Amino acid sequence: MSGGESPGKEKHARAVGARVPVALWIPATLALALVTLPVIGLLLRTDFARLPALLTSEASLHALRLSLLTAAISTVLCVLLGVPLAIVLARSRVRGVRVLRAVVLLPLVLPPVVGGLALLYLLGRTGFLGYLIDVTTGVRVPFTTAAVVIAQTFVAMPFLVVSVEGAVRAAGDDFESVAATLGARPWTVFTRVTCPLLLPALASGVVLSFARALGEFGATITFAGSLQGVTRTLPLEVYAQAEADVDSAVALSLLLIVIAIAVIVLARPRAVEGVRG
Amino acid sequence: MRPVWCALVMALAVAGCAPGSADETLTVYAAASLTESFTTLADQFEADHPGVDVQVNFGGSSRLAQQIAEGAPADVFASADEAAMDVVARAGRLAGKPATFATNRLTIAVEPGNPMRVNGIADLARDALTVVMCAEQVPCGRAARHLIRDAGITVRPASEEPDVKSVLGKVRAGEADAGLVYVTDVLAENGTVDAVKVPEAAAVANRYPIATIADAVEPSLARDFEKFVLGDRGLRVFKAAGFGSEAGAGS
Repeated sequence: MSGGESPGKEKHARAVGARVPVALWIPATLALALVTLPVIGLLLRTDFARLPALLTSEASLHALRLSLLTAAISTVLCVLLGVPLAIVLARSRVRGVRVLRAVVLLPLVLPPVVGGLALLYLLGRTGFLGYLIDVTTGVRVPFTTAAVVIAQTFVAMPFLVVSVEGAVRAAGDDFESVAATLGARPWTVFTRVTCPLLLPALASGVVLSFARALGEFGATITFAGSLQGVTRTLPLEVYAQAEADVDSAVALSLLLIVIAIAVIVLARPRAVEGVRG
Repeated sequence: MRPVWCALVMALAVAGCAPGSADETLTVYAAASLTESFTTLADQFEADHPGVDVQVNFGGSSRLAQQIAEGAPADVFASADEAAMDVVARAGRLAGKPATFATNRLTIAVEPGNPMRVNGIADLARDALTVVMCAEQVPCGRAARHLIRDAGITVRPASEEPDVKSVLGKVRAGEADAGLVYVTDVLAENGTVDAVKVPEAAAVANRYPIATIADAVEPSLARDFEKFVLGDRGLRVFKAAGFGSEAGAGS
């Protein structure tokens, strides 16, 4: 996030960092093995000859389309709702904001299945909001694609909020103050000064939220159920297939890994920047 | 820093003395629909065998079968249908021939008092009804599809759940109007859901096989437990839970 370091300074930092104690290499290698070996295990188990057929089966295509669609909508919702929230949390001087920040992080640390139950008892037919919606509009949220999007937004939002809020704090409000003293209105300051400053953090937040939404399982199966084409996203399809057709489950897992790697490649430069900042 | 250490030490202490220091541990993998009966049987078996701890892992039969086929350390497997047991047999992980110990049949679980007036299998085709059932990969889903096909109706479920207890949960929570579950599941609920009789279900009754797993950690204990389940004590527990017996299958 602090792209302002001179190249010389960066070089110096690298030279110092190069002397890693040998003792660290052993646990570091183990950590790396823990991350990479399972993927290799999956690759070894993959039936590559049948891979195209398995990935283009009706159930797989349904799951893929549903996953991409819901994760995309969830990410848009995360941006529309999460960015304003991040700015409010970072800038507001109102008492109690610290508590609010902790509450917002809840889905990040909560087991997703607990989140799913909570959503069910809010928006389910017996939940107070769900009951109200059912009675007034006749709409029932559980078992719908909308429920999938709500579950994904619930679990993914904190990633965006944390990412953007950190950037807002790091950036400070000097530029905005200057813009304001020069006569810019708050909305102009927000669109012309604040937003451009937040773009890198927003980008990494978007990628992380999308990845989290795409991988969402526990809250979805608890709150939205599992039905092909409606609520059975890729992770749920993998779970269902693992009961009977392991080859198909492995093929779909491979697909999710490829998407995950694509996400990392997209997000990597920002993430590295974030670590240094 | 100190509170963190205290918490860690306490967590380790709790983890260390969790299920007691049993001399032998028997690991049983059992279908989700056996949750109540096998919990009772495990307790009785432990009472008969001091120093033995029976750990039962309940889940969808197909998933358990896959796990055992992949080498999960089970001593005994009790499945909700023969298809799931066949998966383990094909993987060469059975020590002996499976024996049937109970039968079970489907029923329609509805909210207490049956507010949606579900009277039989044909009602599940109603559009206004939110129906949940098991996914076709698990025994209760296989039986449900069989039943629906035999009835000549089309059912559009709102969700296909990974095991029968999840179906029951959706009905109990009031999210589904009707769910296809086993008669034993409704009995175990003690009135939180009602059952609608489905006479046609007798024709698609599940048979529950049990078998000892090859290279079991506790082979003799595993065979003892299998005999115990197949014996009089087992029969009594299954009868009380609403299971049928092989002789009177479908009755």
